[in-house]
Amino acid sequence: MSNLFARREQSRSVERHNSPRHPWLAGPYIFWAAGFIVLPLVLVFYYGLSGPDGTFTLANLAAIAQPIFRNALGQSLLISFGTTAICLVLAYPLAYILSKNRSRSGAFIIILIVLPMWINFLLRILAVQMLIANNGIINMILGHLGLAQMRLINTRAAIFLGTAYDYFPFMVLPIYNAMCKIDHDIIEAAHDLGANALTTFRRIIVPLSLPGVISGIIMVFIPSISEFAIADILGGSRILLFGNVIEQEFNMSNDWHTGSGLSLILMVFIIISMIVMHRVDKDGEGQIIW
Amino acid sequence: MAKRALIELIDISKKYEDTLVLDELNLTIGENEFVTLLGPSGCGKTTTLRILGGFTSPDTGKVIFDGKDITNLPPNKRHINTVFQKYSLFPHMNVEENIAFGLKISGKSQDYIKDKIKYALKLVNLDGYEKRRPSQLSGGQQQRIAIARAIVNEPRVLLLDEPLGALDLKLRQNMQYELIRLKNELGITFVYVTHDQEEALTMSDIIVVMNQGYIQQIGTPEDVYNEPENAFVADFIGDNNLFSGTMIHDELVEFAGARFACVDKDFGRMRPVDVIIRPEDIVMGEPGEGQIDGVITDVVFKGTHFEIDVTSNGFVWLVYSPKRYAMGTQVSLRVTPFNIQIMNKPESDDEKVAEPDE
Amino acid sequence: MVEKRSVIEKVYIGVIFVLLYVPLGVLAVWSFNNSISRSVWGGFTLHWYADLFRNAEIMSALATTAKLTVSAALIATLLGTLACIGMAAMGKKLQLVLTTTTNIPMLNADIVTGIALMLLFMRFMRLGFSSMLIAHVTLAVPYVILNVMPKLKTTNHAVYEAALDLGATPFYAFIHITLPEIFPGILSGFLMAFTLSLDDFVITYFTKGPGINTISTMIYQQMRRGINPQMYALSTLLFVIILIILLAVNRVSARQDDPRR
Repeated sequence: MSNLFARREQSRSVERHNSPRHPWLAGPYIFWAAGFIVLPLVLVFYYGLSGPDGTFTLANLAAIAQPIFRNALGQSLLISFGTTAICLVLAYPLAYILSKNRSRSGAFIIILIVLPMWINFLLRILAVQMLIANNGIINMILGHLGLAQMRLINTRAAIFLGTAYDYFPFMVLPIYNAMCKIDHDIIEAAHDLGANALTTFRRIIVPLSLPGVISGIIMVFIPSISEFAIADILGGSRILLFGNVIEQEFNMSNDWHTGSGLSLILMVFIIISMIVMHRVDKDGEGQIIW
Repeated sequence: MAKRALIELIDISKKYEDTLVLDELNLTIGENEFVTLLGPSGCGKTTTLRILGGFTSPDTGKVIFDGKDITNLPPNKRHINTVFQKYSLFPHMNVEENIAFGLKISGKSQDYIKDKIKYALKLVNLDGYEKRRPSQLSGGQQQRIAIARAIVNEPRVLLLDEPLGALDLKLRQNMQYELIRLKNELGITFVYVTHDQEEALTMSDIIVVMNQGYIQQIGTPEDVYNEPENAFVADFIGDNNLFSGTMIHDELVEFAGARFACVDKDFGRMRPVDVIIRPEDIVMGEPGEGQIDGVITDVVFKGTHFEIDVTSNGFVWLVYSPKRYAMGTQVSLRVTPFNIQIMNKPESDDEKVAEPDE
Repeated sequence: MVEKRSVIEKVYIGVIFVLLYVPLGVLAVWSFNNSISRSVWGGFTLHWYADLFRNAEIMSALATTAKLTVSAALIATLLGTLACIGMAAMGKKLQLVLTTTTNIPMLNADIVTGIALMLLFMRFMRLGFSSMLIAHVTLAVPYVILNVMPKLKTTNHAVYEAALDLGATPFYAFIHITLPEIFPGILSGFLMAFTLSLDDFVITYFTKGPGINTISTMIYQQMRRGINPQMYALSTLLFVIILIILLAVNRVSARQDDPRR
């Protein structure tokens, strides 16, 4: 009897809800998602896996073997790994410092760090361009000091600078959030058990901030591997990134099939990177976004 | 009874912003004692514990541990370990790694650590849980692991900050007995913080009742319960009838609209006093039988007894009775002189009684 | 435990700030430069600001951006909030499928999302304002759901059921009980949708029709043929406006937070 009761209780608790029971309210979005998320991707797959005559082919994927595409992919990987590393190295100490005392000032500094993100990203790149152009501010200052001019624009370093500058806040925020979630009691518990500041950092703070680090890496790595506008502006046309060649396939060569094939390759890299991240984050405690 | 002093707090004061949390607190804790700091939230008990643990440094005063001044010693250098209110297990480590944390830092050998983990888990009745993650444990289990993690380091003193606060009643009672057993087995000093008077009375050798940064009374559980030194202690510990009264002369006191014989002397004549009577010390009888008459205005069944409100002369008396009475019954109340506890009214603002918030 | 920041920490924060703000500062200073050159200071002027408002191209891009961003954020918020309520009422499996689908635009590279949508539009409709709007909504809805869903899941169902128990219709209870509770999520979802839409370049670039420009795509075009200093003025103006909005939001949210502490 009591068993029966318990089961009734349980099924009741499953039924508990906090809003009207109307699954159809999701209807418009389901249509939207089908039409504008799934269908476009299906098209990418269709074009990517078919030739101009509409027959199935893997030639568009195999195009990656061509030197121009292969080099571009290599450049992109270099840029995205480099950018991610630069951002991580700069952002981690900053997030740690800011999270250490969770005062209002810390929160406000975070707002100020995120603030440039609200400026159109091309305007930010424009600002970087003004600084490093051949006749830009840095060279002007160097000139006034009587020093040799530096050639910064149209180099790989310029692209690194631009992407790192652009995506830096994406790295700071999730790490900062993860660190703020670490209960202060846990840090005190570590001290209590004899850990000094360094041990506490190494054994407690680093592992517990890992989910944030992973979110940060994904949020910097993915946009920077597919970047093309920054390379266009700061790298001139000297350095072709993977994003550039995909864009050119569509907008200049009008070759939707090769363009889609290369897009599929890009997606493979994105999927691989996410799988790797999930492996590292083995407890599944990390959230992917924020 | 006189045990060697292990910890001495001397003239400890602490301010947070503009609030004085501790005011020249002095406290001596003996070796192998179970000392409970008891008081409402905001009374300074947790701050005292944090000063002992080294997480907070006092503005003035000294902490002496085993004859040495440790006031400015960081927590990781103290032979004191803490069990935190929210357990604070490391979420990314399993039970074994949590317990081994302190031992690894102090450079113990693998074998030693292994033995210690086994011993500690046995001690807290959780053998076989080595590989579990904190998230896979219940609150009570987490708390026991937190205790195991602290005691493997063989601290001289174990600090416990309301460690049972988050557990349900049944579990809390079981854990109380476990803690007493642990203390006896380990032979170390326990300093325990709680706002739960029952917990304090059950477990402690010594209870330190605190309020608003002051120690109100230090004594054994019996002392504190039976002979509260002031109205705050009386009110905070157990249910009580607290009346404002006047000491007419030796052995006669007036309160609640009547005069009662008592055993207290030397208060002087016509002095304002606080009077405390435990509800279990009041005997009900037929009208006219007792010292005053009243009418029953509320009856609540409590399992072992009835809690009865008797209104008399506009005052409400709380009485425990084994017998059910009907509402509106006329009764009389009798209190033997020995059971009337009389205390001086607080003289300065400092001693003023704050309303306990439980 | 409030620790004071050490000197090294302060210096580090300082250096990061210099790196973040020097480029923006240079942009602002140069918006007052009475010279078209990027390396010569020709004296103080406000004429780039004056010209800015007379420049038909910039004004039309601004108008397009404003129209696009506001409508995309509004549509995305409505669509996403309804989707959350619907999803909460669904079976676990269907919910998982929909959540996974929703994650795609968030995790995929913008360039792939942009190209995929472009393929769709070129095949089945024409590129223009509406294609941009659809693309922006598609980009933004997942972020609305991301913000609203957790709020909806943590709302207290007992309160909603209490309202029903007291005779409220589900609709009435939703409007008066659930909606106020999830409103912070809806608001932050809207703000995020707005920001994303405002900042987007890549998806706009692939889905815009000929002759239409948002601020982003206009800058991109200009950068190739040489930038007009009016753009410095525009970016400075935008920065100041955003700064003011953020400070105001910070003020309001600080005031909202305080009583709870």
